[in-house]
Amino acid sequence: MDLHYSDEDLAFRDQVRAFLDSHLPKDLQAKVLQHLRLDKDDFVRWHRILARQGWVAPAWPREFGGPGWTALQRHIFEEECARAGTPRIMPFGIDMVAPVIMAFGSQEQKARLLPRILSCEDWWCQGYSEPGAGSDLASVKTTAVRHLDADGEHYIVNGQKTWTTLAQHADMIFCLVRTDASVRKQEGISFLLIDMHAPGVTVRPIIMLDEDHEVNEVFFDNVRVPAANLVGEENRGWTYAKYLLGHERTGIAAVGRSKRELGLLKRLARREHKNGRPLLEDPLFAAKVAALEIELMALDMTVLRVLAQAGKAPGPEASVLKVRGTDIQQMLTELMLEAAGPMALPFDAAYLEGEQEHSVAGDDAAAPLASYYFNYRKTSIYGGSNEIQRGIISQMILGL
Amino acid sequence: MHFNLNEEQVQFADALKRWIGRDYSFEQRRAIIASPEGTSSQAWARLVELGMTALPVPQEQGGFSGGATDMFVVMRELGRALVVEPYLATVLGAQFLKLGGGHGALLEAVATGELKMACALGERQSRHDLRDILTRAERDGAGWRLDGEKNVVIHGAEAGVLVVSARTGGAQRDEDGITLFAVPADAPGLRQTAYRGLDGLRAADLRFDGVVLPPDAVIGQAGNGWELLEHGADYGAGLLCFEALGAMEALFDATLEYLKTRQQFGVPIGKFQALQHRMADMYIHLEQARSMALLVAVKLDGADAAERRQVAAAAKYRVGEAARFIGQQAVQLHGGMGVTDELAASHYFKRLTTIDLTLGDRDHHLARFMAQPGFQRAP
Ligand SMILES: Cc1cc2nc3c(=O)[nH]c(=O)nc-3n(C[C@H](O)[C@H](O)[C@H](O)COP(=O)(O)OP(=O)(O)OC[C@H]3O[C@@H](n4cnc5c(N)ncnc54)[C@H](O)[C@@H]3O)c2cc1C
Repeated sequence: MDLHYSDEDLAFRDQVRAFLDSHLPKDLQAKVLQHLRLDKDDFVRWHRILARQGWVAPAWPREFGGPGWTALQRHIFEEECARAGTPRIMPFGIDMVAPVIMAFGSQEQKARLLPRILSCEDWWCQGYSEPGAGSDLASVKTTAVRHLDADGEHYIVNGQKTWTTLAQHADMIFCLVRTDASVRKQEGISFLLIDMHAPGVTVRPIIMLDEDHEVNEVFFDNVRVPAANLVGEENRGWTYAKYLLGHERTGIAAVGRSKRELGLLKRLARREHKNGRPLLEDPLFAAKVAALEIELMALDMTVLRVLAQAGKAPGPEASVLKVRGTDIQQMLTELMLEAAGPMALPFDAAYLEGEQEHSVAGDDAAAPLASYYFNYRKTSIYGGSNEIQRGIISQMILGL
Repeated sequence: MHFNLNEEQVQFADALKRWIGRDYSFEQRRAIIASPEGTSSQAWARLVELGMTALPVPQEQGGFSGGATDMFVVMRELGRALVVEPYLATVLGAQFLKLGGGHGALLEAVATGELKMACALGERQSRHDLRDILTRAERDGAGWRLDGEKNVVIHGAEAGVLVVSARTGGAQRDEDGITLFAVPADAPGLRQTAYRGLDGLRAADLRFDGVVLPPDAVIGQAGNGWELLEHGADYGAGLLCFEALGAMEALFDATLEYLKTRQQFGVPIGKFQALQHRMADMYIHLEQARSMALLVAVKLDGADAAERRQVAAAAKYRVGEAARFIGQQAVQLHGGMGVTDELAASHYFKRLTTIDLTLGDRDHHLARFMAQPGFQRAP
């Protein structure tokens, strides 16, 4: 047993730190650290900075433009980014659709689509969920019917997707669509790539409980999609979807970000007072923080243990990381809210949107915390709800 | 960075597994607990033969200089089988000697298995706070005179030599003025009241009435024993985490097996989602506890004092949480069988409960974690 980082790993860490020091724009960093809302430009700007460095797709093989890092290096990179407070790289292109295209897509798709993902020319979104297909994803009803006409082979797509994250920014959507309704429901699904600017695509905002516009409904009304946008074989989409879901990485635990937020929580709890003493010295509050910190230490180790088995196919252990990681994130936001106390109550969308320099109630640190808490309730729901993850653990790992 | 055991560690584990499979089944263990001695001299002889008593002892004293990760492997196997022999008590006693320096002859005797040890650290009023000491040692010529009481000393009546904490100065809860002594069990004026603990392990209350000790009975430095006491106790907490991990693993496996075989409503009860999710939560607890046990195994030897304290407190707390959850849920999932003495599950539950109450419970270690400078100093 040896938990030391090698000299190369430490040198790599220094290199990443130095890069972040010099290349992460201060205004972006401030927005992230302050929990302000990021707009499309913020994400794209950071994406392009990393792309220029060749670091935007850490998990991609070299042949497609990845940096060729080891699993441990990727982990170090993620931790350092989280520590510094970079915007996140949207996962839909880089981490979700790209691995599917690499594994199952045609040569033409790889050549056409992957470079545009890398450069952020295309913003992708994920069209899995439907009003009647959430946890039970195989129940998707959106139809794609194949036609041949003078302009060649294409699909006509009809139906509705929902909960589509940041579809309002998107150029492309990858969808699970029904291409055969006569077979077992998992067997009639295909994996289709659709241009969001095509006629017949409509995006309608869904406003979240923190009053942010983060998700959408997407409607398809006789949308014409070239057959060249089918990934792999028709009716094999479920296999590809599962491949994508299984392609989760240890980053799902978000240990780095939680470490950063723990620091913020403590700073907040030292600044706030209770009974004339810093809140962090209040035994009841401090005990909750301490228990959470220990939980995070344990998760950090659990992530490293999963990493140490890297090379093996990514497995259901990601479910453990998802459940614990999101529990911890939610507990952190809850304790931050508690620490801020009544100062968290003023709701100031203009400040959150970066439209004014200071929050209306004058406590810039406390102002976003309620929104943060409310927003983060999503983490145990999306990406396969935590109940579904428990199902995966009990069935795939424990064999029940 | 890797989490693999080395070749010797795998061999230790295999040797223990073979011995346990042959000579330490659940039924054999029950017979040992029920015997008047409560431990087995044959089992002890086997542990000695397998090199377990020599493992942590320095090479200079005839041991293998095994580190905490070696002990991780051993204690985990002993935990899996709920071994009740005075191994942990002995190893912890030896650790105090090792940390204090000197006492080579005693360490040699530990390595050869001739000497069993125990650690008399707790008193009735002290609860989990090891600095809360009323037992006093006064200068007596060149040596010392020991008076006081220690209670719930694990294996206190089986040991040949006891590590005893006493006050040679300072007030009841001061860190200054604490001294550790190596006290022979047959010293005149030492009286033991032995009994069985709820987990089947033997324990004793000890009374010291004017026990006369030579100058070299002191472990480490007179009056400066707190650091030593705390360091040794962290090591002990680590050993308990390793043992608890083994016990939790075995209990978890047994429960999983039960869910797959016990039928109700015409299906194995493991088909019910309420139980599947409970089992998934137990699994998550187990993984988190495993991580902390590994972390403390690595940090006990290498880390500086501040980090060692922090990690040991965190691990004992987190393992305690897991032990409670897994213990209680395992009993629940076994239904009526779970609350009987017949089934191993209840014995694991009792040992896990005891471990939490030994060398500091969850609250104690959480408070300790909070009290570390590293906690208050926000990053
Ligand atoms: C903020 C956000 C962003 C999202 N982004 C996207 C996106 O970009 N693209 C996309 O395709 N989807 C997205 N989703 C959808 C997300 O994947 C689904 O919300 C999720 O899978 C749950 O489905 P549902 O909302 O229909 O809930 P339901 O499936 O109706 O579940 C309701 C409740 O029942 C529980 N439940 C359901 N089935 C079971 C079961 N078998 N056992 C035990 N409990 C069960 C669930 O855990 C949940 O608590 C997003 C969701 C959110 C909240």
